Amino acid sequence: MLRSYEDLPSTPVSLQSTEDIMTGNWRTMRPVIDEEKCIRCYICWKFCPDMSIEVEEADDFPTVNLDYCKGCGICANECPKDAIEMVREE
Amino acid sequence: MIEIITSNYAAAYAAKLSRVEVIAAYPITPQTSISEKLAELVDTGEMDAKYIKVESEHSAMAAVIGASYVGARTFTATSSQGLALMHENLIWAAGVNRPIVMPVAARALSGPWTIWSDHSDVISERDAGWMQFFCENNQETLDMTIMAYKIAEDREIMTPAMVIEDGFILSHTVEAVDMPSQEEVDDFLPPFDPEFKIDFKSEPRRYAGVLAPDWWQEHRYRRMLDMEHSKEKIVEVERDFERRFGRSYGGLVEFYRCDDADVALVIAGAPTGTAKDVVDEMRDRGKKVGLVKLRSFRPFPGEELVKLNDMVSMVGVFDKSYTMGQGGAFFQEIRNALYSPDGVPIKNYIGGLGGRDVTKKNIELIFEDLLSLSKKGKVDRIIDWVALKGGPRRWE
Repeated sequence: MLRSYEDLPSTPVSLQSTEDIMTGNWRTMRPVIDEEKCIRCYICWKFCPDMSIEVEEADDFPTVNLDYCKGCGICANECPKDAIEMVREE
Repeated sequence: MIEIITSNYAAAYAAKLSRVEVIAAYPITPQTSISEKLAELVDTGEMDAKYIKVESEHSAMAAVIGASYVGARTFTATSSQGLALMHENLIWAAGVNRPIVMPVAARALSGPWTIWSDHSDVISERDAGWMQFFCENNQETLDMTIMAYKIAEDREIMTPAMVIEDGFILSHTVEAVDMPSQEEVDDFLPPFDPEFKIDFKSEPRRYAGVLAPDWWQEHRYRRMLDMEHSKEKIVEVERDFERRFGRSYGGLVEFYRCDDADVALVIAGAPTGTAKDVVDEMRDRGKKVGLVKLRSFRPFPGEELVKLNDMVSMVGVFDKSYTMGQGGAFFQEIRNALYSPDGVPIKNYIGGLGGRDVTKKNIELIFEDLLSLSKKGKVDRIIDWVALKGGPRRWE
């Protein structure tokens, strides 16, 4: 845990894996997938710039990894069936 | 071994002796013969280095930043417009602790067009976060370039350094230079061994990723400490250099014949040698004058310069650049350093702009002016332009 300037590395470099940085806390809008409308085309998975749309196995519905999803809304914009709604985070 | 060479060749041979591994350079007058000489040394196999030909100085700096990240000792050189074009990447290099060493053949910034020497290019980069060392002669260019690697690559410092040689006056003038042997330099300067270097296989990391407002200020504080640490290291490295090679330059500042002096003139770069001759001649005539050679502008040697308050009764500062709207850069900072309610009066002399010769007569008239002012105890005007045609004084 960094507390002081003294804890910084001697040169600007990461001290942890990118996976440890929970960029999900940048989010103000969260994608919610409506499985009634979703046709499992996975266009959202293809377009997500942060690899935050996950598909466990073939034919599964896509899910959103909220640890990393920044809420950019690209998935909702690209969805051909309007199956993704961007909902304000409380 | 004594070689008769220009300061540019001294800089190139210093790179060879320092076993530089990656060079990226773009030719610009009056620096060109540094990059040409190194291209020749690499081409003939006399030097084992990668020479990257780039399309601009901005790219040259970007290339050496990258090479430095994988642990290579890096070198580039430039002048004037080229230095200005590097500006963005100069700040990057310093901000991410890349200990690049770069001779700069100091030249005025255009326009209108000029190719001749003054310090306005390097002064414009004083806030880039680089160390800035001014050289008096070709020997100092060679010695300082080698020393600069040892200072810059210290793990407590990791800060890039400019080695400044006045364009043409040093860069293209031949002088006798005592060239150390490769063994002696190897013994003095160990290979570059950074704490962190890019290693894709065993230790992948992100370098210089985004730093948000919650830590940026602490990052800048660390860079400030790096620069502050360099003050001690410069003195330490120079002592070590003197012990091995028998040459000494006085640390961050050299006080030349300042004992019992009434007045002192602060000066940097090539005019220093001329001014030392003038001091010797005036001392022979009983005039109590002394010289202060500013070797390091960044880090700024405020603690050394403040001693002038107790040493002399009048201080002059000679600037080979002018900051529009304010005065010479050396003057501004030295006046700040010397400020106290009973501090010594201080006057700025501007000269040698755009390649104008700084003559012995110019320097002598500056000292006569300082001696006359010291009797009055205050300056007549804050800034005088030396040898200005139509100016307020007869300088010639």
